Amino acid sequence: MTKHFFGDTAVLLGRSLRHITRSADTIITTAIMPIAMMLLFVYVFGGAIDTGSDSYVQYLLPGILLITVASGISYTAFRLFLDMKGGIFERFQSMPIARSSVLWAHVVTSLVANLISLVVVVGVALLMGFRSTAGVPAWLAVAGILVLFTLALTWLAVIPGLTAKSVDGASAFSYPLIFLPFLSSAFVPTDTMPGPVRAFAEHQPVTSIVNAIRALFTEQPVGGDIWIALGWCVGLLVVAYVLATATYRRKIA
Amino acid sequence: MTARPTAAPVIHVRGLEKSYKALQVLRGVDFDVARGSIFALLGSNGAGKTTAVKILSTLLKADAGTASINGFDVATQAADVRETISLTGQFAAVDEILSGRENLVLVAKLRHLANPGRIADELLDRFSLTDAAARRVATYSGGMRRRLDIAMSLVGDPPVIFLDEPTTGLDPQGRIEVWQAVKELAARGTTVLLTTQYLDEAEQLADRIAILHEGRIIVNGTLDELKQLLPPAEVEYVEKQPTLEDVFLALVGADADATPRTTATSARTSSARTSEEGR
Repeated sequence: MTKHFFGDTAVLLGRSLRHITRSADTIITTAIMPIAMMLLFVYVFGGAIDTGSDSYVQYLLPGILLITVASGISYTAFRLFLDMKGGIFERFQSMPIARSSVLWAHVVTSLVANLISLVVVVGVALLMGFRSTAGVPAWLAVAGILVLFTLALTWLAVIPGLTAKSVDGASAFSYPLIFLPFLSSAFVPTDTMPGPVRAFAEHQPVTSIVNAIRALFTEQPVGGDIWIALGWCVGLLVVAYVLATATYRRKIA
Repeated sequence: MTARPTAAPVIHVRGLEKSYKALQVLRGVDFDVARGSIFALLGSNGAGKTTAVKILSTLLKADAGTASINGFDVATQAADVRETISLTGQFAAVDEILSGRENLVLVAKLRHLANPGRIADELLDRFSLTDAAARRVATYSGGMRRRLDIAMSLVGDPPVIFLDEPTTGLDPQGRIEVWQAVKELAARGTTVLLTTQYLDEAEQLADRIAILHEGRIIVNGTLDELKQLLPPAEVEYVEKQPTLEDVFLALVGADADATPRTTATSARTSSARTSEEGR
């Protein structure tokens, strides 16, 4: 069975990538919400927010990138849900293919779709005046963090994708993830927040990931943030992967 | 019931039991299906037909009992069973965003066959879908979708096919199209196990019919054998009125496809009690 794992995953990946190219609206919808938020915050609220950096878009982009991923993975849950409901999932399960391929194809598709959305969002940010003097290694490090973050949230999205009873249920789980950046250093520095909120903001994953990406973009020392960020991403990835594969095994047993 | 070397049944089911929590769905199901025959599992909604098919196609594990396909145990040799079977589930398992041809190529690739494109083209031709091959499945009618669904199950010529309520939700024309496809399958030597809640469907298609009721097979035999269970039919003369189905098919131009009209008529004649259909 496993001898076909890579071949089967590649075939199924080709299938879901076709889905994406034929419904490009999902990628655009994914990118539009964060872009609208970026426009709103930079051109409406931004003037009144004192972050200590020269331009607000400079400060804001890392958080917007995380929101892009958080809204993008709801489509992963959605696509998986449709496969489960449509009967094609059962067809795959009754065929002589590597069983984990079905999940991996969705996961890799999610990665590809989110990376495209991220590139679109960064492109708009550049038009809005975002500039970074960071070199290739720093950009690669940012990309690496975002890939890890996307993978972690994608595996998390697999769980509602497999278990949801309705389309709304499959995608609703991402709302809290989209709001998490608001309670972090993504939009405003945490030191203006009242005690308990600040304590939450400084100890949730988004703050450390945002700070690490921001430091990489501005060529500041990343300090301990990058390790905390990587710790959160890898930890979340492992937990989500274990839960998702356990859910999958229960589903197909 | 040990396997005889010559006429060993291709599907062999003994004492199958399955419960969902407190609900006992299968309470000891036994049946055999001979190679190359069409076997109909007949039952009302909730009788356990789908559960039985899911166990046989390795999607569910039975609580008790054994089942084997082509000599492979469904529980312990699931991978071998999956090489042998094909499942057409209750809901058309087709990819709506892909075209009909892409769906077939996808399945051929997943079955690791050489030349997936040629296999797809042959099946498109056989199921009269060549004209629609490049269209997205989302634009197909119910009957076309079901035909594609069955065509996808035939990729790689698996010797055993499961059809779970293949005509539920289809209009009369779609139903006749599917019947035609199933008859062709059996003519080529494929073993077909189909479930249905329509009595005339079982009567039309099946070599053997088993009635599944409250988790048990209560009768199992050929149509003639089942008819023997009741007192012999009395000959009475009934004026044959066209049924609404005959009228409908005649009006909407079933002649576009020549075969349905004759099939529909013969379906009706056989239900008139006077003619005992020779099988």
